Amino acid sequence: MQQQPNKLKPFFENLEFERDDNTMVINFGPQHPSAHGQLRLVLELDGEQVVKAYPDIGYLHRGIEKMAENMIYNEFLPTTDRMDYIASTSNNYAFALAVERLIGVEVPRRAQVIRTMLLELNRIISHLFFLATHALDVGAMSIFLYAFREREYAMDLMEDYCGARLTHSAVRIGGVPLDLPEGWLSDLTTFIDKLPEQIKLYEDLLTENRIWRMRLEDVGIVTPEQALEWGCTGVMLRGSGIEYDVRKEEPYELYGELDFDIPVSDRCDSYGRYRLYMEEMKQSVRILRQLIGMYAKTDSQLMAHAPQYISAPKEEIMTQNYALMQHFVLVTQGMRPPKGTVYAPTESPKGELGFWIRSEGEPYAYRLKARAPSFFHTGILQDILPGTYIPDVVTIIGSTNIVFGEVDR
Amino acid sequence: MRKYTPKDNVQAKAKYTDRFWVAPRTPRSAVEGEHYEAALARLKESVEVLDAWIELGQMVVTIRPEQNIEALRTLKEECGYAMCSELSAVDYLAQDGEFEIFYQLLNLEEAKRICILTRIKEDQAIESIVPLYAMAKFAEREMYDMFGIVVNNHPYLKRIIMPDDWEGHPLRKTYPLEGDEFASWYEVDKIFGKEYRDIIGPENRDPARIDRYDTQRFSRIGHEVPFGADPELVDETETPIEYSSDVLVDYNKGPHKVLDKRK
Repeated sequence: MQQQPNKLKPFFENLEFERDDNTMVINFGPQHPSAHGQLRLVLELDGEQVVKAYPDIGYLHRGIEKMAENMIYNEFLPTTDRMDYIASTSNNYAFALAVERLIGVEVPRRAQVIRTMLLELNRIISHLFFLATHALDVGAMSIFLYAFREREYAMDLMEDYCGARLTHSAVRIGGVPLDLPEGWLSDLTTFIDKLPEQIKLYEDLLTENRIWRMRLEDVGIVTPEQALEWGCTGVMLRGSGIEYDVRKEEPYELYGELDFDIPVSDRCDSYGRYRLYMEEMKQSVRILRQLIGMYAKTDSQLMAHAPQYISAPKEEIMTQNYALMQHFVLVTQGMRPPKGTVYAPTESPKGELGFWIRSEGEPYAYRLKARAPSFFHTGILQDILPGTYIPDVVTIIGSTNIVFGEVDR
Repeated sequence: MRKYTPKDNVQAKAKYTDRFWVAPRTPRSAVEGEHYEAALARLKESVEVLDAWIELGQMVVTIRPEQNIEALRTLKEECGYAMCSELSAVDYLAQDGEFEIFYQLLNLEEAKRICILTRIKEDQAIESIVPLYAMAKFAEREMYDMFGIVVNNHPYLKRIIMPDDWEGHPLRKTYPLEGDEFASWYEVDKIFGKEYRDIIGPENRDPARIDRYDTQRFSRIGHEVPFGADPELVDETETPIEYSSDVLVDYNKGPHKVLDKRK
């Protein structure tokens, strides 16, 4: 029936109560508590069942790729924090790795140990955040408080290392700026000794919980074919029974030497993905334990030695004239990587995060494309939502673990 | 005479250029004898390969734009490149009048990556790869939005990140970082109409603008005035800022942070 604005009937912009095919169109988000930031979904409903879904994005677009073309490489690094703001070290690292491969520098071993530690700590922070918000979306309130408490301890560790809680910028191109502060490793040990008990608590609360299982099992089925077609990565891919983890398959940093397992689930549903997140946290604890032992066997160099691209250590800048001159040139003009194309994939907590950089030998990247996993995990919503029911929509969005900073960039 | 600035590339330029500087190139090696040889041979059977080399751990292949579907189908169905990680474009309009489109493919069994490059003219369209990789439903929309590259046979080619009624394509080199005229008046045009541009004026269109004579919304450090005072009547004598000399809490004593207790 056609809406008549001049008749005394409710008239809503986004809402059509009756149509010939008897479906209703509703607007979900962008200001919705479980829209994970700025997701807008236009859902066409038949009763409570979703018939069509259009994910609409762009509400958090800041033009990060455009900014990358107008900033020197070191200047752009803190901007990458703002992509996946739940796990900013993984963004910093992915960008630094791409530039390091482009200029061909080898990072000193101590810096590698510290970076891998930060990456894994960040993975725990991100997974705890996922668990907290996903459970809150589904209706489990107390798990939110427990998970956030544990996340605070991890963030304290981050804060002790780099001074920031969310936007770390703790990784630099060519290494890390600082060594670990005194006592940090013992604090980390305390944390990773406590964390498995806490993970067990979450699992006791959720894994066999009747309501949790009813809400998650067989909800948000992503078939392996769909996952491959849509470029799903990370837990979204491994939750569909395909074992692919960039850390294992294309090892970067120290992952080639570390001993850890890649959990895979062939359930293809939200419950399987939840189990994978829990298992990945345990694996991160295992990795961190090995890294603590590795740290002692490294020497103190933190930044790579490549005078053409990377500033010398502070002591050299303050004492040697030539190092000071080079530092001045690198700060004011920026490094000029060779001409070429690089794509460096990394396994961020959300999936495969990679930077595709085209350099034309200028201090500014000619083109930088951030391959954000959440972008495609948002896209797949249009294929997996039809056929599900309204309450499951929230579960499915939560289970894809999308972050809008990196969807819109 | 004013300095001539080219308009075909308004991105940031290097502040200093040495005319003897020749930028090096990342090392490239031949595909022969590498892991990718079989895939390249298969690809050469189905499409015309313009060039192929190995750069920084992955094979890069350049093909003709009309054959993009055929090349990707060969790689997907015969060589096992089951995932397309990313696709987008690079703007070379200023140099060659062309866009370079890249497809980043991944073979999960062998953990190998291939980058397919192809160049199209500015007014040329490219065939959609949605039948092969569903991720192109989103990625090609983004490419269309950011560069204005038309994709043929895409199921829903619409702007994805910018608003539907946006003008211009932000990632082109001709588009300035701070936005063009349309972008700066977008809200005013949309809410009030174009005729209000003169009434509102460029000085009011920026909601983050700071007005030091606005005595209602801004305080002036060192020139303290009553709330809402007429700025004309306010005398500009400086009121020095005073800090208390008494230390209320001595942070130098005791534990540094409350957080230490929790560990």
